[in-house]
Amino acid sequence: MNGIVSERHGDLQLIKLEGEVDLSWSGRVRDAILAALDNASVGVDLGQVSYIDSSGIAALVEGLQTARDSGRRFVLLATSAPVLAVLELARLDRVFTLLPDLAAARAAEAG
Amino acid sequence: MNDAPPLIEVNGLEAWYGKRRILENVDFRVAAGEIRVIMGGSGSGKSTLLRHLLGLQRPVRGEVRLFGVDIARAGPHELRQIRRRLGVSFQGGALLTSLSVGENVALPLREHHAELSENQIRIMSRMKLEVVNLGGFHDLMPSQLSGGMVKRAALARAIVMDPQLLFFDEPSAGLDPVVSAELDELILRLRDALRMTIVVVTHELESAFKIADTITVLDQGRVLMTDRVDAVRGSDNERIQDLLNRRPREVVVDADAYLRRLTEEAV
Amino acid sequence: MSVSPGQPLAALGRAAVQSVAGFGYCGMLLAESLWYTAWGWRRGQPVRIAAVVAEMRRIGADALPIVCLLSLTIGIMLGIQFIAALKEFGAQSQVIVAVAKSVTREFGALITAILVAGRSGSALAARIGSMTVSQEVDALAVIGIEPVRYLVAPALIAMLVMLPVLTVFADAVAILGAALYSAPALNVTTQAYLLQTLTLLSPGDLWQGIGKSFVFAVLITLIGCSTGFSVTGGAEGVGRATTRAVVLSICYIIVADMIFSFFLNR
Repeated sequence: MNGIVSERHGDLQLIKLEGEVDLSWSGRVRDAILAALDNASVGVDLGQVSYIDSSGIAALVEGLQTARDSGRRFVLLATSAPVLAVLELARLDRVFTLLPDLAAARAAEAG
Repeated sequence: MNDAPPLIEVNGLEAWYGKRRILENVDFRVAAGEIRVIMGGSGSGKSTLLRHLLGLQRPVRGEVRLFGVDIARAGPHELRQIRRRLGVSFQGGALLTSLSVGENVALPLREHHAELSENQIRIMSRMKLEVVNLGGFHDLMPSQLSGGMVKRAALARAIVMDPQLLFFDEPSAGLDPVVSAELDELILRLRDALRMTIVVVTHELESAFKIADTITVLDQGRVLMTDRVDAVRGSDNERIQDLLNRRPREVVVDADAYLRRLTEEAV
Repeated sequence: MSVSPGQPLAALGRAAVQSVAGFGYCGMLLAESLWYTAWGWRRGQPVRIAAVVAEMRRIGADALPIVCLLSLTIGIMLGIQFIAALKEFGAQSQVIVAVAKSVTREFGALITAILVAGRSGSALAARIGSMTVSQEVDALAVIGIEPVRYLVAPALIAMLVMLPVLTVFADAVAILGAALYSAPALNVTTQAYLLQTLTLLSPGDLWQGIGKSFVFAVLITLIGCSTGFSVTGGAEGVGRATTRAVVLSICYIIVADMIFSFFLNR
């Protein structure tokens, strides 16, 4: 039920998260994001995430921080309502780039 | 939601302070996802009830179960697992004065999650400071904060581990109305975004009615009623109405007991 | 007002019960601190080295100047008194051995302990007391940090290390002080006085003082911490606890000293 799928779409590495992202496995999410950022820009698909705790959000923040340092893009896709609520709580919705879907991300990447 | 076992279950709790009975046969249940306000005047026993709920005091009689575990009988390991899942914001904040605000907020993470990196701890604790509108204050010492800021920092420390169960003792005591309204708002958002179950102890009626799903009214160590907000408001119980309308209570005089109190020699 | 005969008796009984409870509580603090020091890390309750080092600085390093100053004064004072007293018997030459033994066996440890009780015993009581009043102790417990492990164990370890170290310093400085005063009076050089002291002292003399300082360390820490934890009644209560901690520590130190001296010198 909880899962990470990582796939390549052109210049963009897409990481799909699923289930409830919490401390029990957010370390894996973090590793996956940081590994993907080594060689491409990253989009994290949060459409199937029903809950995310602060360790999960921290993994996303670390991703953004690393991407900024290496001049890559880091975007969140299809942010689900529960995730958005948590992001808004810390006003992080104004820090991350939130895009509706993969097409928008690729368009942004191309442009 | 009612089918799930309650997060908090108190049965027949009794507490004494010397010869005085503080709590008498208290039954208390809080379901997951609920915001429960414990209301009562001073001396009603609400602080004592809270201390029992937190496991800071052992019940003389009765039991307190958190997440289904009797905390007076839990082993150290079990108790530690429970502590990970609850956060407490104390009345005066209770920030450790020897640590900076940021270190205070990070303390529970450091204690319970040695596996987290320094960067993760930093992000997670500062994010919680952002949540309570104290972004950028992590380097200050608690003594440099105002009363309202201390309270918010204490809330940040209480929620840093994303607890399932949050206790909040007197959120609005000693705060100006704007700050206390902000805190009320925050409590509601915490429940919605982080799925917390929240128990608030307060004597402030306005804030109680605004945030509560259900209210437990304590009076002289007994539970007068536990019900939804409108039911409590509409209750015809005299003591509850006194409390709601801020009427001074009628003192019942028992002549014998009164005389004994005046004349009894100290023991 | 008539006082029934039972009342003083009842008061005595209550006091007895309270002091037994106090002893029990201190014993529990000691046992728990030692337990956390030895096995805490296995239960996820480690005693942090950083905290121990900070306490060592507060208890030991910061107290060094005042300990040295006082021991120097006491040394000079002992020199004066022994010379005056022994002159009457024409036994001035015995001053060296008298100073050496009394300082290492008694005064070094005693002066240091009383000073540290005044400085650090009161500080422990005040710190823990104000933390109790402001619910910081409760907050620690609720976070899952055992207050004994976090507050008492580091202080106890630091005290057990630093008090003997300070005692050795005090011994050395006091003997130096006595030498500075007595050497001219005895017509020897200061170096000769000190060398003579070294040949007269046996390791047993030093150990007697150091051994006692371990006991004093335990007394100061436990009394300071337990009075701190039992504070009630706000800021005023903290003040009372601080005074109480100092007075109690000094009383127990002197009584313990007497008992040890009695058994060690039979």
